[in-house]
Amino acid sequence: MGQIVLSKVKKAFGDVVVIPPLDLTIEDGEFTVFVGPSGCGKSTLLRLIAGLEDVSSGSIQIDGRESSDAPPSKRGLAMVFQSYALYPHMTVRKNIAFPLRMAKMDKAEIEKRVDNAAKVLNLADYIDRRPGQLSGGQRQRVAIGRAIVREPSAFLFDEPLSNLDAALRMGMRLEISELHKRLDTTMVYVTHDQVEAMTMADKIVVLNAGNIEQVGSPLDLYHKPKNIFVAGFIGSPKMNMITGETAAAHGAHTIGVRPEHIDVSDSGGTWSGVVGVSEHLGSDSFFHIHETGLADMITVRSGGEVGFTRGDRVSLTPRPDMIHKFNEQGDRIS
Amino acid sequence: MATQHSRSAARLMLAPAVVLLLGWMLVPLTMTLYFSFKKYLPLRGDTLSGGLDWVGFENYSRFIGSSAFWPSVQATLLIVGSVLVITVVLGILLAILLDQPMWGQGIVRILVISPFFVMPTVSALVWKNMFMDPVNGLLAHLFEFFGAEPVLWLSEASMESIILIVSWQWLPFATLILLTAIQSLDSEQLEASEIDGAPILKRFWYIVLPHLGRAITVVVLIQTIFLLSIFAEIFVTTGGAFGTKTLTYLIFQRVLESQNIGLGSAGGVYAIILANIVAIFLMRIVGKNLDK
Amino acid sequence: MARNVTSGRKTINTLAAWAIGILIFFPILWTILTSFKSEAQAISDPPIFFFFDWTLENYSVVQERSNYMRFLWNSVIIAGGSTILGIIIAVPAAWSMAFVPSNRTKDILLWMLSTKMLPAVGVLYPMYLLFIKMGLLDTRIGLVIVLMLINMPIIVWMLYTYFREIPGEILEASRMDGASLRDEIIYVLTPMALPGIASTLLLNFILAWNEAFWTLNLTAVNAAPLTAFIASYSSPEGLFFAKLSAASTMAIAPILLLGWFSQKQLVRGLTFGAVK
Repeated sequence: MGQIVLSKVKKAFGDVVVIPPLDLTIEDGEFTVFVGPSGCGKSTLLRLIAGLEDVSSGSIQIDGRESSDAPPSKRGLAMVFQSYALYPHMTVRKNIAFPLRMAKMDKAEIEKRVDNAAKVLNLADYIDRRPGQLSGGQRQRVAIGRAIVREPSAFLFDEPLSNLDAALRMGMRLEISELHKRLDTTMVYVTHDQVEAMTMADKIVVLNAGNIEQVGSPLDLYHKPKNIFVAGFIGSPKMNMITGETAAAHGAHTIGVRPEHIDVSDSGGTWSGVVGVSEHLGSDSFFHIHETGLADMITVRSGGEVGFTRGDRVSLTPRPDMIHKFNEQGDRIS
Repeated sequence: MATQHSRSAARLMLAPAVVLLLGWMLVPLTMTLYFSFKKYLPLRGDTLSGGLDWVGFENYSRFIGSSAFWPSVQATLLIVGSVLVITVVLGILLAILLDQPMWGQGIVRILVISPFFVMPTVSALVWKNMFMDPVNGLLAHLFEFFGAEPVLWLSEASMESIILIVSWQWLPFATLILLTAIQSLDSEQLEASEIDGAPILKRFWYIVLPHLGRAITVVVLIQTIFLLSIFAEIFVTTGGAFGTKTLTYLIFQRVLESQNIGLGSAGGVYAIILANIVAIFLMRIVGKNLDK
Repeated sequence: MARNVTSGRKTINTLAAWAIGILIFFPILWTILTSFKSEAQAISDPPIFFFFDWTLENYSVVQERSNYMRFLWNSVIIAGGSTILGIIIAVPAAWSMAFVPSNRTKDILLWMLSTKMLPAVGVLYPMYLLFIKMGLLDTRIGLVIVLMLINMPIIVWMLYTYFREIPGEILEASRMDGASLRDEIIYVLTPMALPGIASTLLLNFILAWNEAFWTLNLTAVNAAPLTAFIASYSSPEGLFFAKLSAASTMAIAPILLLGWFSQKQLVRGLTFGAVK
């Protein structure tokens, strides 16, 4: 019911092409995340789907209906904005009821749906307050409430958690995932935070400069990044990139190894180097290794009990099956 | 941030305002330009339907060559300049005073702002009769009280009187805007300079005044626009006599009193040029503000 | 953060400010007081400040003799009509410029403002001629149109500065919620901008009420508003101080009250947002 198909969608502002022609299918009921660095066009893409911008060429189909020229109000989508965009002059109840009022639904039905949304989202206690009297997390819930009462064919989220503090963000992340499981409706979610993308998505779309770099499940992207950009963007700390002779020995221009796929020991490894800064998180330890002759710095992740300190000379052993190989163009080999 | 739908809606909704203002600007302006090159004296039988004689730049040279022209420019500049100096200087002092902690600040603000809301004809008449009348005016009583000879304000000190009246009308505007600007001054900055041991005059000179720079410019430019065309104050008080004939008033007399339309129109073009020179500066400043 | 000030200094501030405030307000106060005096007491030497025989006679005389109500009514119609008409035309224009800006928006705004600087006297005769041709001379509708046009730039600018403070995302949210352009302006934009629209109305009403060039030059009898009513008191009636004062008070009282309410908005309105 909520399938969104983009074919050859292109967006240009004057001479500046923000999104070169791209194709993408978002399946019904899927939780799709657009992720990428700021300015990569992910928000623009979402706004194209919403109808807040029009496509320069190409077409957008929602539920099998050609929607490229339809105004936002006719697309049957609901959107949650980064700033929440609540109506400051209306109470929470009126905010949530607004889309239903615009749809000229009858009063009893509106009331029923608003009450239901309030219950689901725990809004009942402040249903008669105005947005100005609510905290960030509460506003966020109202914005979601306003989106769900319409029973849209898909939800669009534009960096909805970026204005919340870290603790709240985790909680809301879970709530949104819960909501998706319960409603089973298509959700398109934009974020620059790869952790949000990895934890929530069924399908991640990695964007860079308007281009789709890769589409896949979170683990797909993690294990089989299509190119250096995706390899570097997904995963934290970042994948180590090594060029030169060492890479050539593997038959590649560049090889990449994730910090968690390098074993560190006193001696006997493939590579060696000197420990610089080390970060101990308790559960894990991160070591930044210098003087390896491979790259400026190699980051290694190991168990919390490993206790090297600054200046120690250590040995590094990459797991052979976890080495990613890239050619000169930065694309994955094999 | 918009779609084709909203862009075309926007154009449609902007159109009425633009078309109206364009008409308002172009139609009379074109007519003024046209008349300024014609001999047009309705009282001597010139009519639009009968056709008007083309006189080239004669109206322009006659307007500028008339004995009334330079005095009128001088009078205009004198009034504008004096009122600007008075309102800005007093406005700054008053704004600083009003910014201090005191009882009843709101009421004082209302008292000070009030003259701005008095229509020009009323303030001119009240000042002319009830204050500046040489026999019964309050100022005459005041002078007598101190044993001085009452002044024939509007004939002997006509320029000063007009400047006084106009300054009284515009001081509230200057004060209110400067006060708003002062209130936005970061008090921590002042406190820091106080801790640094800067004496009060230096604090005013190096911190308050530069902060007010923008507000002062805005006051000067906006007042200039309005002051260049003051009319009612002169119309009601001196009627342009006793050296108070401004450029605006001179043109008004040429057009409506002597019915020399061609000559008046040429004067009008001069006035438009003068106003535009000022306008260019104001546009720059307001335009810069838009970019932020 | 509040600064500690000795109450001695506060007292001096208060006294100085009140003295200057009263001095500036004095001409208005004196006019109001004089309007309640008899003509003899109005010109008495030495002047009487409070202890005179209060009378309302001047007001009834002024009303009877000059038909004050007709002038007042003209003022209300002209100032009110031009302001409301101006707002109706300016709200959509300001919406366009604030929320769908193009690269020409800034130029259009500045150009609008520049029409405000066109010296009225430069186009006096053409306007006079046009008014005669179109039968608008000395009509209220004629003045409504002219004052609407001269205040239009200020109305557009004020609304534009207020609208720009409304986040575009909220309007977009309403579009997503299924609101049409009309719904968006009526249910979302207007209620949010209501304080701004109200002060725009108020300030432009004041400006139109006090406008004294076109109202004096394009009216004679029928459409003459209070500016002309007062100008007719120049002489010899002006020598009757009490009546002049009564007439003046009647002309300025309504607007003075309105002005007190809108003084805060005045700053932003008249400086086009350059001073906040």
